[in-house]
Amino acid sequence: MTEPIVRYQDVHKSFGDINVLKGIDLDIFPAEKVAIIGPSGSGKTTIIRMLMTLEEPSSGDIIVDGTNLWKMKKNGTMVEANEKHLRSVRGDIGMVFQHFNLFPHMTILENCMTAPIHVKGEDKQEVEERSIQMLERVGLGDKIHNYPSQLSGGQKQRVAMARALVMRPKIMLFDEVTSALDPELVGEVLEVIRDIAENDDMAMVLVTHEMDFALDIADKVLFLDEGVIAEQGSATDVIEHSQNERLREFLSRFRG
Amino acid sequence: MNPITEIAPQLLRGLQTTLTVLLASALFSYLMAFIGGLCRLSKNFLLRKFTGLYIEIFRGTSLIVQLFWLYYAIPILFDIDLASNWVIGVIAIGLNYGAYLSEVVRSSILSVAPGQSEAATALNMSSFQRMRFVIFPQAVRMMLPEFGNYTIQMLKGTALISLIGLRDIFYYGDIMRSTNLAHAPLIYAVVLIFYFILALPLIFFTRKAEEIAKKGVAS
Repeated sequence: MTEPIVRYQDVHKSFGDINVLKGIDLDIFPAEKVAIIGPSGSGKTTIIRMLMTLEEPSSGDIIVDGTNLWKMKKNGTMVEANEKHLRSVRGDIGMVFQHFNLFPHMTILENCMTAPIHVKGEDKQEVEERSIQMLERVGLGDKIHNYPSQLSGGQKQRVAMARALVMRPKIMLFDEVTSALDPELVGEVLEVIRDIAENDDMAMVLVTHEMDFALDIADKVLFLDEGVIAEQGSATDVIEHSQNERLREFLSRFRG
Repeated sequence: MNPITEIAPQLLRGLQTTLTVLLASALFSYLMAFIGGLCRLSKNFLLRKFTGLYIEIFRGTSLIVQLFWLYYAIPILFDIDLASNWVIGVIAIGLNYGAYLSEVVRSSILSVAPGQSEAATALNMSSFQRMRFVIFPQAVRMMLPEFGNYTIQMLKGTALISLIGLRDIFYYGDIMRSTNLAHAPLIYAVVLIFYFILALPLIFFTRKAEEIAKKGVAS
């Protein structure tokens, strides 16, 4: 059996007095496609933000490729990770955001090229070719010199995906990437995600409200409810056979 | 009294002093602004408080008193001769406007959307790289119009250096007025026009900067 590439061990997270996550245990395997569904405010986004080091867990461990993300060894004891440690562990993780977060002062080609060149120290020529290829792949080969403000929401989100892919992550996180889009633009973004899921061998974690899509591409579906993973399994298990009352109720709202 | 043939040539004698003091104190204040603004955002408690003290003292007291302190008071208190009045003028104006501009730098950096820093983190940038490639370039676009505004104010503020014996445009105008009291309205009118003409390129720059700022950040 292969080792998980990410392992959450009894991870808790609270913001002030509010306990958002109350003990998450989760394994993500290489190339696995995981969908996280659940009502708003159930902590879905927080799970992946902690993995991207944007949010620190209140307790528990997140292990990435065998290394503890938020803790490091110092003089024989485990202490809170510093920035250097976080950078060394999160290098294989990429993320796409609900609000795109493209860099508005750079062209979309520069958006893709900056990190590989300056973070990974890769050759500029090679990065440029790869970035153009990636932008062509997401259907924006003719816009490489445009600025983000000149693009539609769907196009921006496709650039954001290209930007993450150029870094060649082993794990890609998608945080409600279609929630901020006009309905008619959702399809083009989902198409790119499907393309990545089918042709790239990275692990993917999708936090989404696009229920049918998630259930369609996911190997594993997690139903998060009130800060715990209330149900997990293959898409068919979760949809067809779950006895969880709240999950059935949640799904029925999407099924009409 | 003819404003073109008699007044203007006199005022022109002070042009060099006004311009060199403006240029030097503007550059000095920009430097102080970036140092002050970044220190205000530092994680170091002492550095933050110390910079805050500098900013509040220089914003909270008047420029002319600061100028006189540096020029008249400090040499007596410490029995040292600081420097020429030109250098003291530059230091006083630079420190004073540097304090205001520090707050511009600080607030511009803070107003870059948090999602920008998060996206940079997701691309595994270090905190220095996030500042260098993502936050700072956007913050600078937001700062430009304010830097333009304060530079216009600085130009007008340079007139105070005549009070510590520097011979700028205002100094020569005032000398003329004191020997031709009846012509005061005309002389001061020409002085006003002089400052206005000098401010024109700065006003133009500020307008341009506002356009650039609008283009560069909204996503």
